[in-house]
Amino acid sequence: AAAEGGGVAAGMKDTLDKVVSAHKVVLFMKGTKDFPQCGFSHTVVQILRSLDVPFETLDVLANDALRQGLKDYSSWPTFPQLYIDGEFFGGCDITLEAYKSGELQETLEKAMCS
Amino acid sequence: MGVTKEDVEAAVAAALSPTHLVVTDTSGGCGASYEIEVVSDKFEGKRLLERHRMVNTALAPLMAEIHAVSIKALTPAQAQPKPQPEPAAAAADKPQA
Repeated sequence: AAAEGGGVAAGMKDTLDKVVSAHKVVLFMKGTKDFPQCGFSHTVVQILRSLDVPFETLDVLANDALRQGLKDYSSWPTFPQLYIDGEFFGGCDITLEAYKSGELQETLEKAMCS
Repeated sequence: MGVTKEDVEAAVAAALSPTHLVVTDTSGGCGASYEIEVVSDKFEGKRLLERHRMVNTALAPLMAEIHAVSIKALTPAQAQPKPQPEPAAAAADKPQA
């Protein structure tokens, strides 16, 4: 196990770098796209579906090392965590607010064209 | 019980000296869960992600025992109710000739 508070273990950081840059939109969530295990994760899946963008999801409940590693990697303590174009975008509240303001659509459009 | 609503309030208040702070316990059976509405001039000029990070940082010592937080972070200016547009009612009240 990684040392406490010591940031992300090197192997984990490499892996996460690869995962978040392998797809334009990656959602780390509790449960899966088709079976979210938490209301917050469900909300973000619904938003992404409604915007009709392709996105990958990873279930952090299925992998404890991933779950802990991501918290350090993003400096974000909760899930879901949305990554767009290799960059951390936010959790559920930020995604919801950005969706309402149109900022999410804009960010996604930019990512799809890049 | 681990973290209480009062703990959350105290942590946010200490870090952000808010002008307005409402913490609501929203735990629906799956563990400690809070909704936090905070107005602070420390949010001025900060993007949403940064604002939420500031709240998360304030809560860091408690996070291990919290299942979820929902954050609404506003500046004092944003918290002001929007001025009502001239009521259309005045026009509507005029009897049609």
